[in-house]
Amino acid sequence: MHPFNYQRATSPAQAVAAVAPAPSAAFVAGGTSQLDLMKEEVLRPSLLVDVAALPLKTIGALAGGLQLGAGVSNTAAAMHPEVLTRYPVVSEALLAGASTQIRNMASLGGNPLQRTRCPYFRDPAQACNKREPGTGCAALKGINKVHAIFGASAACVATHPSDLAVALAVLDAQVQVVGPAGSRTIAFPDLHRLPGDTPQQDTTLAHGELITSIDLPAFTGRSHYLKVRERASYAFALVSCAVALDMDGKKIKRARVALGGVAHKPWRVPAAEAMLAGKKPSEKLFRAAAEVAFADAKPLEHNAYKIPMGRNLLLRALLETSGLQPLQGPAGTAFAASVGGMGGE
Amino acid sequence: MVEVTGKPLDRVDGRLKVTGAARYSAEWDVPGLTYGAIVSSAVAHGTVRTIDSAEALQAPGVLAVLTHENAPRLQPFPEKVNGSLFRGEGGITETRQPLQDATVEYAGQPLAVVVADTLERARHAANLVRITYEQRPPELTIDSSSRRTLPETFTGNKEEKLQVTVGDPKAALAAAPVKLTQVYESGITHHNPIEQLASIARWETRNGTDFLTLYDTTRGVENMQEVVSHSLSLPKENVHVVCPFIGGAFGSKGWLFAPPLITVMAARVVKRPVKIEWRRQDMFAVAGQRAATRQTLALGATRDGKLTALQHDTQTHASQSSGYTEPCARVSRMMYAVPNLGFAHQLSHLHLPSPCPMRGPGETVGGWALECAIDELAAELNLDPVELRLRNYAEQNPETGKPWSSKHLRECYARGQEMIGWDKRNPKPRSMREGNNLIGYGMATTMYPAARRPAKAKATLFADGRALVQSATHELGNGAYTIFRQISADGLGLPVERVRFELGDSALPAAPTSGGSATTATIGPAALAACRNVLGALKRLAIRDAQSPLYGATEDTVEPRDGRLVRTTAPTQGEDYATILRRAKLPSLEAEGEAKPGDEREKYSFYSFGAVFVKVRVDELTGTIRVAQLCAVYDVGRLMNPKTAHSQIIGGVAMGLGAALMEETHYDPHNGRAVVRNLADYHVPSMADTPNIQVEWLNIPDPHISELGARGIGEIGCVGTPAAITNAVYHATGRRFRSLPLTPDKILPS
Repeated sequence: MHPFNYQRATSPAQAVAAVAPAPSAAFVAGGTSQLDLMKEEVLRPSLLVDVAALPLKTIGALAGGLQLGAGVSNTAAAMHPEVLTRYPVVSEALLAGASTQIRNMASLGGNPLQRTRCPYFRDPAQACNKREPGTGCAALKGINKVHAIFGASAACVATHPSDLAVALAVLDAQVQVVGPAGSRTIAFPDLHRLPGDTPQQDTTLAHGELITSIDLPAFTGRSHYLKVRERASYAFALVSCAVALDMDGKKIKRARVALGGVAHKPWRVPAAEAMLAGKKPSEKLFRAAAEVAFADAKPLEHNAYKIPMGRNLLLRALLETSGLQPLQGPAGTAFAASVGGMGGE
Repeated sequence: MVEVTGKPLDRVDGRLKVTGAARYSAEWDVPGLTYGAIVSSAVAHGTVRTIDSAEALQAPGVLAVLTHENAPRLQPFPEKVNGSLFRGEGGITETRQPLQDATVEYAGQPLAVVVADTLERARHAANLVRITYEQRPPELTIDSSSRRTLPETFTGNKEEKLQVTVGDPKAALAAAPVKLTQVYESGITHHNPIEQLASIARWETRNGTDFLTLYDTTRGVENMQEVVSHSLSLPKENVHVVCPFIGGAFGSKGWLFAPPLITVMAARVVKRPVKIEWRRQDMFAVAGQRAATRQTLALGATRDGKLTALQHDTQTHASQSSGYTEPCARVSRMMYAVPNLGFAHQLSHLHLPSPCPMRGPGETVGGWALECAIDELAAELNLDPVELRLRNYAEQNPETGKPWSSKHLRECYARGQEMIGWDKRNPKPRSMREGNNLIGYGMATTMYPAARRPAKAKATLFADGRALVQSATHELGNGAYTIFRQISADGLGLPVERVRFELGDSALPAAPTSGGSATTATIGPAALAACRNVLGALKRLAIRDAQSPLYGATEDTVEPRDGRLVRTTAPTQGEDYATILRRAKLPSLEAEGEAKPGDEREKYSFYSFGAVFVKVRVDELTGTIRVAQLCAVYDVGRLMNPKTAHSQIIGGVAMGLGAALMEETHYDPHNGRAVVRNLADYHVPSMADTPNIQVEWLNIPDPHISELGARGIGEIGCVGTPAAITNAVYHATGRRFRSLPLTPDKILPS
């Protein structure tokens, strides 16, 4: 681990003031992924400013929706009754991720900012443009089983690992930020970016900008998260899918669909969403939407399986969200979100 | 007194472990300790051109940087150690001595060690060592290897030839009315015990000579003492190896010696004790692995399902400096009554880390291939998979012709079928469905060779009524402390709470490396022999003592009973052990004992058997498999402790489940670096993956293996499970999967 200084922030403004002037300073909250990367010297911050104790840990009503403080733990958010009942997609995504211990430490503000699980990024001896711009991308011709099928570039084929981010992408969530240039609001789909030729930048946050809350607008529709992984618990998504459906009687008024594990950011599929709007739910419709959603997928050597897996998953997520098929467990739980369920009878 | 052996005694070291009081190798409090951090090779093949330690040496707290240019010289690796072949084709270990030359044979090979006053400073300085390489293209696949060999034996054991033909399998195959040839592939897997490799080395001068104490995560204190003393040209008795607790090994921590040798060299150079705790990432390079295999199974049979030919050919790989060969035919060579039997093993030397045994070496993946092929033949013949196995039931060992020491496999099949409800399934593949899932049932036979080795033990009776039994064996988390205390208590005729058992120290009476499911059969009889000998000495004390009620008796008319020595013909005449010792003014009385296998090994073939039955759910559209039910019945001789045995067997089954469904380490196809190198990416089964594993055992003593009648149980749970799961997935889907692990990408219909 590279030597670093450590400070506890006293207020969001003070935290920003501490980080902003030092290009290699960083915020730390739960540190669940950040500290691993520091031990590997993938991240080498000169200064860590700890924001975990800041008063950003409340969940409260906001204009018919909910404001989730950036310091709220994954566990607390997932178990909050308002989140569970009104935004089950958020609880399901959170509870289908990581382990209990990690969820207890991780924060809502940090979760969407976790770095990719691309194994080439995490090994400093491998070529990786995200870690060290200009060194190349070893994953492109390496073992790319868990990599992107959408939106990748020749510089980077990494995927974003957060389950929560996929859920937030279908809720029109807004990210409140304070920074050296003041406060601003970022629409959640604009928080993350595609790699292009600057894959070292995961997000559109400027250096020194701190997330203070994630705001969920009012939502009365149905929402659901579904995830495929290589074991029943504690594994990142091969492919995941978040769906939010606003209903108008028996018809879908508006559909929002995002895919996880397939791109550098939560991958919204506008063509599929448009196809669903104004239609009555049916398996045929959903199949057609799933086809459209993956029409532009560009697989690498080892990840073509994500296309049929993703289509099948999206179809099932739509069937379950619309009620055409039952959920596989109580809404808002990991059982609803986990394809295959647990071992045992 | 009622015997305690065979009773479900609680783990005697359980409290120490859950309270953190059990001392693991990285936890010894050694005054003046310093810390080593490893710099390993970034490339897989080539030569170190330059290695620049200047910046690291200037970093705070750094005491030394050892590289091949300045490290102490070591003797070449020994050819054989305690009877096992270490070097050469089929040899068990990597024979590269660390930090001796500039050659790079695999990525992650240790090239330097930085020693500093704190771990953090050592790790940071390790990142300041700059290495340049003369790179050469690595050979990374079985087919690209320019160095392929046909090893003759596994670890030099003449009983375990790797190239064998019995009868004429080729002609028999050609003539067989029904034949089947399939290729089965398995990926590289890692043991991944929770406890990582760790060593602490401390040098002292004792009586004017160098003396080394080495705390190391080894399950072979004797071998470690031998290899380290040989490498350093020290007398064996000047090396003391200590390891009272191991946090899981599963085949690792026995056969790779570079990590402790680096620690020992570092401590010698800095003249202070050094600790090196290897990181999880390093474990994928230096801790051994199960190599990948490609196995071709050819079966010939009559139309009524009698096997006429079996040919099992394996291609596998080792590093440049190891000849370790995954012995995949271990099950094929003995399981079925087949007159024409052949097997071969081809080894490709690659620029990948060295393999070593991993739980069920050969049996786990070789048995998987065989038992899947048998399942395929059953389908081909339209026979129940159990029925096909019964039609080929081996009444004696087909390779050697020897009778079994004890075999009750038919009972295992029958009970396993009852447990899972085998007859309730629709035998037609792809015929059962629940919701999103296809349902399937599968089974496989399992086995494990019942090895036994020579060992010694020492028993000591104390004048306060307590006793101690010792042997240089190991506690791997398997329950060794517990069962050897039980066996010793019975051997001494004392209550179990008055007896302690000590292990894990090279100063104790010699015992072999704990492996091959041989520890119970090896150490148990040695402990009993020591107990008998110390009681013999005690008897002699008593019968020569005029004040003893046993005075004048002969040894064979005195026996232990409830902590007393009594006259056999008049049990009220006697006295307890402590009284005899106290009157003789002896604080303690000790005796060694030795036990080894005898000519029963010439007469019988020793194996454990079992049958595994599985129900799976396959969500084919997402490629997701879950094990719904797993029932297994084992014929493993007499159980020493049903509680620790249950834990050990279900742990083995869970590991077999991991091998079947998720465990695999990938190496980059171009640069040979491990791409899976942490426990987030290397998936072992979580609790949510594991059903309620139902295991039963027959508990029929083996009349020939030893006076205890117990065979080992460390590995049999792992063997058989992967094939039972794979066969169940076939029954669910109607599709054959011949590549482990069965990850979702392979299951999805393309």
